[in-house]
Amino acid sequence: MNPFTYQRAHDPQDAVIARSRSKDSMFLGGGTNLVDLMKMGVEQPGKLIDINRLELAQIEELPDGGLRLGALARNSDTASNPLVRERYQLLAEAILSGASPQLRNRATNGGNLLQRTRCYYFYDPAYTRCNKRNPGSGCDAIGGYNRIHAILGASEECIATHPSDMCVALAALEANVRVRGPKGERTIPFNEFHRLPGKTPQIDTNLKPDELILSIDLPKSNYAAHSHYLKVRDRASYAFALVSVAAALDLDGTTIKSARIALGGVAHKPWRSEKAEQLLAGKPLAEEAFLAAANELLAGAKTYEHNQFKVEMAKHAVVRALSIAGGLA
Amino acid sequence: MSLVGEPITRVDGRLKVTGQAKYAAEFEVPNLAYGFLLLSTIPQGRVLRMETVAAEKAPGIIKILTPFNAPKLPEHGNTGHPPAGRVLQVLQDDQVHYNNQPIAVIVAETLNQAMFAASLIKVRYQQTPPKLDFEGSFPTAHPGGHGHDPADIGKGSIEDALAAAEVKIDQVYTTPVQHHNPLEPHATIAQWDGEKLTVHNATQYISGDRQSLAKAFGLPDDNVRVICPFTGGGFGSKGSTWSHVLLAAMAARVAGRPVKIVLDRPQMFGPVGARPQTHQHIVIGAKRDGSILAIRHDAFTHTSMFEDFTEPSSVQTRMLYGVPNISTSQRLVPLTTGTPTFMRAPGESTGTFGLESALDEMAYALNMDPIALRLKNYAEKDPTSDKPFSSKNLKECYARGAEKFGWAKRNPEPRSTKDGRLLVGWGMATATYSANRSTAACSVSFEPNGRVTVASGTQDLGTGMYTLMAQVAADALKMPIEKIDAKLGDSLFPRAPVSGGSQSAASVTPAVQAACKQAILKLTAAAASDAQSPFHGVMSADLDFANGKVFRKSAPKTGEDFTDLISRSGGKPIEATASAERDQDSEQYSTHSWGAVFAEVAVDEAIGMPRVRRVVGVYDIGTLLNSKTGTNQLIGGVVWGISLALHEHSARDSRYGRIANNNLAEYHVPVNLDIGEIDVSALNIPDLKFNPLGARGIGEIGITGTGAAVANAIYHATGKRFRNAPITPDLLMA
Repeated sequence: MNPFTYQRAHDPQDAVIARSRSKDSMFLGGGTNLVDLMKMGVEQPGKLIDINRLELAQIEELPDGGLRLGALARNSDTASNPLVRERYQLLAEAILSGASPQLRNRATNGGNLLQRTRCYYFYDPAYTRCNKRNPGSGCDAIGGYNRIHAILGASEECIATHPSDMCVALAALEANVRVRGPKGERTIPFNEFHRLPGKTPQIDTNLKPDELILSIDLPKSNYAAHSHYLKVRDRASYAFALVSVAAALDLDGTTIKSARIALGGVAHKPWRSEKAEQLLAGKPLAEEAFLAAANELLAGAKTYEHNQFKVEMAKHAVVRALSIAGGLA
Repeated sequence: MSLVGEPITRVDGRLKVTGQAKYAAEFEVPNLAYGFLLLSTIPQGRVLRMETVAAEKAPGIIKILTPFNAPKLPEHGNTGHPPAGRVLQVLQDDQVHYNNQPIAVIVAETLNQAMFAASLIKVRYQQTPPKLDFEGSFPTAHPGGHGHDPADIGKGSIEDALAAAEVKIDQVYTTPVQHHNPLEPHATIAQWDGEKLTVHNATQYISGDRQSLAKAFGLPDDNVRVICPFTGGGFGSKGSTWSHVLLAAMAARVAGRPVKIVLDRPQMFGPVGARPQTHQHIVIGAKRDGSILAIRHDAFTHTSMFEDFTEPSSVQTRMLYGVPNISTSQRLVPLTTGTPTFMRAPGESTGTFGLESALDEMAYALNMDPIALRLKNYAEKDPTSDKPFSSKNLKECYARGAEKFGWAKRNPEPRSTKDGRLLVGWGMATATYSANRSTAACSVSFEPNGRVTVASGTQDLGTGMYTLMAQVAADALKMPIEKIDAKLGDSLFPRAPVSGGSQSAASVTPAVQAACKQAILKLTAAAASDAQSPFHGVMSADLDFANGKVFRKSAPKTGEDFTDLISRSGGKPIEATASAERDQDSEQYSTHSWGAVFAEVAVDEAIGMPRVRRVVGVYDIGTLLNSKTGTNQLIGGVVWGISLALHEHSARDSRYGRIANNNLAEYHVPVNLDIGEIDVSALNIPDLKFNPLGARGIGEIGITGTGAAVANAIYHATGKRFRNAPITPDLLMA
């Protein structure tokens, strides 16, 4: 681990100014991912700005009937919050399907958004080629062992996936990320928060380096009654998703008024397709419609040596998740 | 009342749950320096140059050892023969034989300083192309130079018998590389005092480590002391003295200070062994009535380019069924990897996955119940050695297991049982593991304070060895177990074998018994010769000992506390040492443990996720010495068998020979939620031809058979036969 200096921030402005003054600094939240990456030598910040004392841990109602999740609220507290459970069961399910109780007790909501890929070749600096870790060096995952890698939206530079479960639900729920930079606050729609790798896979998100996440704002949702988070993985707990699905339906009897579907484990960001969701609007609840949406979601999938299975698995998972959400299974 | 078989709670349990049990890396040693290993990042070649200037200037650096400045060891790092002695990589040359091989040791005042300096070292390599294609390298396979058994064992005329068979199964079964992941990583603290070396090591074999270190540094054995009171799991990987142990001692000598080296988790994937990959070609030929005429089992397993290690996957096929024609072979496939090593039930774990899957296939081909097929071919004696078994009650295991599991209600038709959207299957398999025993010694000491110390240079890997020693001594001395202090894990104690091959309980407990007997003889003799003793002049044969008192056999109600005798005779403990070895007579027997394991698996076919809902295992392991720690061992084995079937897999990058999933997030072992109900029990029929307590080992048999039982249950559930472990969701998905 590199030597680094440590500074405790007292309020968000203080944190943002400290961050903008020191290019190689990073914010320290729960540290569940950052500290691991520092030990591996993947992240080498010269300074850590500890934000744990900032008053950003609240979970509070918004005037429109939505919910504001503080960036420093712990994942466990978020998943067990009564308002979250009542209005956004999908989110509670997604959070609880991730990591382990110990990690969820420590990990923050803001940090969950910023966790980095679990690509083997990114995580272990013994591999020399990783465009995310070392831009321009190449990609050892393409041509390597790529069972857990992306099938949608990847590039010649990077086929990593985003590992979060929570973010998959947040994408389906169309959350907004409220952030603060040196010049003030702005809000980033969730779908624009994470990026596809393109030619700059080293940049995971559209958050600017000197911006701090303040909260994740959930809009009022009509999907509370009919949602399901399905995670397919190699063991029953404490494993990242092979594929996961956040499915949410707004129903009028047995007719689908609107649907939201997000996929995890398949791309550099939670994957949504408006076209696929549109296919479901106005349709009766039935597997045929689900399958059509699944096919549309996976359109354009490109596989590598070890992850061909993900296409069919994702389709099956979409159909299953929608069936459970709609009360068919 | 005898304590044998009682569910005695671990005598070291309180120390463990209160954090007072000290593991190797936790000993406080004054003036300690921290060593960190730098490992290779290429699979094969030479280290041309190491740029260490920046690292040497980093804060806190004491010494950096590289292939270019490390002291030459008298025998170039040779440490003798397995299990302890292995071919090591201890900076004696510039060769890189595998990815993640030690190539430098950085010694600093703190661990972080050592790790940071390591990150500043630039290594220039000259690479040569690695050999990493297992099946593609079969043409270079060879029988191997080490091991006790010949590579090919069999009897009869296999080809003729197979030609005559009416029904044949001819399939290949494979298991992947697996890495040991005990919670406690490998760890060593080495300190020198002149020519004397003391080592705290996370190990399964203190006396093996002592010999290896003595040989490597050219010292008499007595100059080396190895201490390990607690081992945080080993599973075979800590049965050998690996490179980091020598490197810690080397660094301590060069630094002139004690040095501690602890491997981090990714460093566990390379320099400290693994279970080799296996490829098992099995051919079974039978008559229509289910009599098996011939079994052929040809196993290919990988090894390193520089050392032979055989995973004897065909070992159980030599004796498990009463078959007239048997042919087994083992071939080694050298690859550019670290040398593989012993992992829980080396041989039988992977071998029963193959053989017992093949038996299930044969049962379906014959339209015969899998238990009936096994009974039809029941071996009443060892078919290849022709020796009788010391004890075998496998029929009882099948019967009791079937009864407990409810096997009679099984509809054998694949895909016949559904539970909602889940397909449910039942499968079974035979479990077996060889019964081993080696010479072990123990000392027993009556202490002036009224307690008794029982000490043996054995190890407790979390298995319950402390508890077994205390309870066997309590029985032999007729004293309450609370008065017994069991000690182990110090090479100053009388020598005991490696804690491997499920032999520790079977080897050490007879030594405890023998030493207790000797100690009592010494005590009664002392009483008889003590002028002030009430028993002065009594024939010591007329004296006995129980509940802390020496007494006349003719008057058992009166007696004298042994503490009185000790205090009169100068207050020195009365001590005796004895050893116990395998009875010569037992050589005329084939000695094995047996079991029958049944699994119920539910499969969600759409998304490929399996769940092992329940496992029933009934085992014939001789006397069950402690029903709590013993059952615990069996359950742990079953969990690992489930892991073998469904989870574990070291994914080796085909270009770099490096394990991609080298951490506990991605190297999957089962978690609690993966494991359903496990019901294990032992027949508890003593095998007195094997050892005086009738106890065979229990540590490894649980993993055997379980993998096949799960795979067979999956076939029953889905109608799909999976011959390659692990059976992951991508494969199970319809």
